Amino acid sequence: MVEVVVIGALAVAAATLSGALAGRPAAPFQEAVRLLTLQRRATHRADRLLTTVGVVSLPVAAALAALVVPFGDRVAVGSSVGVVWFNAMEVVAWASVWLAGWGVNSAYALVGGYRFLAQGLAYELPHMFALITAALGAHSLDLRVIAAAQHGLWFAVWMPVAFAVYLLSTLAMTFWGPLGHPVGGDLAGGAMAELSGPDRLVLLAGRYGLLAVAAAVAVPLFLGGGAGPLLPGWLWSLVKACAVLALLVWTRGRVPVLRMDRAMAAAWTVLIPAVLLQMLVVGIVVV
Amino acid sequence: MEDAAFWVLAVLAVAAGAAVFVVDSMARATFALLASFLCVGAELLLIDLHYLGVLVVLMMIMEMLVMAVFMVMYMMNPAGLMPMTMMHNARGAAGISVALFAALAAGIFAVPWPERAGRPPRDPTFALGESIMGPKMLVMMVIGIAILATMIAAVVLATHRGRYGDDA
Repeated sequence: MVEVVVIGALAVAAATLSGALAGRPAAPFQEAVRLLTLQRRATHRADRLLTTVGVVSLPVAAALAALVVPFGDRVAVGSSVGVVWFNAMEVVAWASVWLAGWGVNSAYALVGGYRFLAQGLAYELPHMFALITAALGAHSLDLRVIAAAQHGLWFAVWMPVAFAVYLLSTLAMTFWGPLGHPVGGDLAGGAMAELSGPDRLVLLAGRYGLLAVAAAVAVPLFLGGGAGPLLPGWLWSLVKACAVLALLVWTRGRVPVLRMDRAMAAAWTVLIPAVLLQMLVVGIVVV
Repeated sequence: MEDAAFWVLAVLAVAAGAAVFVVDSMARATFALLASFLCVGAELLLIDLHYLGVLVVLMMIMEMLVMAVFMVMYMMNPAGLMPMTMMHNARGAAGISVALFAALAAGIFAVPWPERAGRPPRDPTFALGESIMGPKMLVMMVIGIAILATMIAAVVLATHRGRYGDDA
């Protein structure tokens, strides 16, 4: 279970870095305390049950995804279908964001929820193909086997398109930075518009958790797992995960939010064919 | 322990399935159905069909949420925010379901059950792929890609110029 705690610590570190890049490292913690003491805002005829399910399911899914993430040779649950499990837990975010946006019975939040579904649909296919490409390269759905298959040459080097698509679609699945349109300012906060107090805190924490676990999974998928000189395997995994996570967090302040219809057109017409070609190349090489 | 988990999940799956017809909101019905499917996925995990179990969880979540999108597009009460009921033709439906249940239950007792032959394969995922596709693997792959390309092309053509059409 240490692995899940490590992912949680990475999520806190990501929040701190996000604050630091904005010039106030302590801001996330001040915000957390403020939200904890804040009273919930109640909306008219809200569906409390579904809103709560939506809010709570996001961090729970991140924690469950963390179970299959290997650090070096260590893993909480050694699953032979780890890649599929990770992806299944990622799509829980679809339910979380939609429920949180729908349940509060407010127009902006509702539109935000549907924006996320549309974005999710456009990015889930390229995301799946990127995952499958790495699995294909290693002939396995087991994250440990995929990591072990990269001795000598990292998958990031010879499947650069799949790696890039993985990182980009991760931003979309966690509605972060340039792909944060579902919670965009033009919608008064979108799916999170009406969430206040502890609800908001839990959902935001879940998003950082998902970001952290996706960064940690990039390591066995594309960055050679725990391979590296001198340091032990688990530490290499951690170092690489931190680097990927820092890159993902950094994009928020540096890249503008993409307009949704344009981003989706690009997702359907560019990303999917590109990642399919990448899969074809990998398929021809390994078979 | 596993037996207990099996029965708990089975009861939960049936209860969530029944809840679909009890609740008065489209969203609650959707997620009650999803809860039922997730219990079934967990049952598959219990009998060591890991790939199928996880796949059921993955696909059902996506499927129910895609259904939520279509709910808005096609339902008479946009967003499904109005109270609704899944019960239509209650008396006829009750008759049909009782008759169907009786027929299936009778089947359990009337049909001679086969003895178990062979033992579980070492890798159920691999065995499943072999038994579905076997020597037709290449054909299946090519057709799969062709279907996918058709779907994507259809979406791309249908959404030619964004949500406001050509004039915007």
